[in-house]
Amino acid sequence: MRIKKNIAVSDNGFIFNPSTGDSYSINPIGMEIIRQLKETRPKEEIKHSIMNEYNCDEATFEKDFYDFTMMLRNYKLLEHE
Amino acid sequence: MAKKLYERPIIRPLTSGLMNKFGSRSEYLPVTHIDGASVKDMLKEFGSPLFVFSERQVRENMRNAKRAFETRYPKVQFAWSYKTNYLNAICNIFHQEGSWAEVVSRFEYDKAILNGVPGDKILFNGPDKTDDDLRTAIKNNSPIHIDHLDELYRLTEQATEMKVKPRVAIRINMDTGIYPLWDRFGFNYENGQAWDALNKIMASGKLNLVGLHAHIGTYMISTNAYYVAATKLADLAINLKQKHDTTIQYIDMGGGFASQNTLKGSYLKGADMVPSVNEYAEAICTGLINAGFKSNELPTLILEPGRVLIDDAGFLLGTVIANKRLSDGRKATILDFGVNILFTSFWYDHKISPAQEFGMHTEDTILYGPLCMNIDVIRENVALPPLNAGDNLVVHHVGAYDITQSMQFISLRPAVVIVDSMSKAHLIKRKETLQDIQHNEAMPEFLRSFKLS
Repeated sequence: MRIKKNIAVSDNGFIFNPSTGDSYSINPIGMEIIRQLKETRPKEEIKHSIMNEYNCDEATFEKDFYDFTMMLRNYKLLEHE
Repeated sequence: MAKKLYERPIIRPLTSGLMNKFGSRSEYLPVTHIDGASVKDMLKEFGSPLFVFSERQVRENMRNAKRAFETRYPKVQFAWSYKTNYLNAICNIFHQEGSWAEVVSRFEYDKAILNGVPGDKILFNGPDKTDDDLRTAIKNNSPIHIDHLDELYRLTEQATEMKVKPRVAIRINMDTGIYPLWDRFGFNYENGQAWDALNKIMASGKLNLVGLHAHIGTYMISTNAYYVAATKLADLAINLKQKHDTTIQYIDMGGGFASQNTLKGSYLKGADMVPSVNEYAEAICTGLINAGFKSNELPTLILEPGRVLIDDAGFLLGTVIANKRLSDGRKATILDFGVNILFTSFWYDHKISPAQEFGMHTEDTILYGPLCMNIDVIRENVALPPLNAGDNLVVHHVGAYDITQSMQFISLRPAVVIVDSMSKAHLIKRKETLQDIQHNEAMPEFLRSFKLS
């Protein structure tokens, strides 16, 4: 799962898609996940880093990651797999 | 090292120049306490969901309303509108503050009696009074507010049989320049029904006419309508004095004052658009004082507001059951309370606050109840911080009608507590049990058993 290369991600929570002109705001955890997806880290690695840093259990992460990446796909921010 | 607070990851498209039906963010601080009592502790002790009332807020509302009217008019009496909230503990706060009782059914009448309200301080309104109800009210010397001619004739019959002259008022409806005109209750002013009914009462000689009553609507945002109503009732009272030499003891202006809840579809929030109690008082008292009564013959002004005195003293605490994504991408949050206990969500966009710390980002969300019914929607659209299963919410302004109109449906109705001035929560209604619900059921012998294959 990878974020499209042309997607611009700012440090303070904004995302811009130059091919559609759409922009998005994102919360800090969403930002952290996107940053790691940009680095092409696998989901398991992302999960462990989030669970290490935040008070979040595995089931909650799995559920929220699924929903979040579904929205990224819906907004056409992910590469086709 | 302590881990950071987790918040669900969210992404939100940014749009400029377009209307957003979800509205802007409105919650900036969590509501962790109500009058000093911890939301989480109360939920732990009494279960979720939970209705919570603030004793301080009820008394403050009542005292403010009394001050608003008593500084403008010499003789004022409040009567607590039982139908707005007839939990005995709530009624008794109002009675402690000097309010009489205003009831619209025998059930409410009996509650008021059991609460210890003297019969002559219970105003009996409403279109449905049986002969037995009328006789009970006559015996107790309660003012009976007559709603229709059938009731007038039945009451006259009962009075004749009992050889007493009951204290009566008539309810009057009228055009006050607002829509809708509530002409289903009482006798109409403009077409002469009201004057006709008053003449019938005076001619019979069997009823003691003591008052005139109007209740022009509900959630009224026009104070001028009250001015018009006061002048029309005063006009009838002055005409009675001229024609029958009868001095009316009281004019009952009813209630209908708006609370600060926001009506669905309203562009402005309720708090930004509804008149203050002072403005209602100014309209009503000016109408009566300028009406032409001699100063020693001014009738007592009776008021029966409900919603405005109790709505903001009531809160509903609840818990997030789950989050899900709808087919069109909208976020939906399922709560553990539904429209069956939050009936007013059909007409209000309730203010809803998280009860725990949250970040600065919000998500457009639909709030559903747990009822497994499509109509069970608490808010169609609200911008809230991301909520996790198990998080708690506080719904504001639920003191009026939610308790009295709540419906038992597929689950048990929650407990109700009141927080006193020392921040202590007291149970005023325990959570329902299965036994409470089954208590009134009966099983015929032929339906007692069955075999399933």
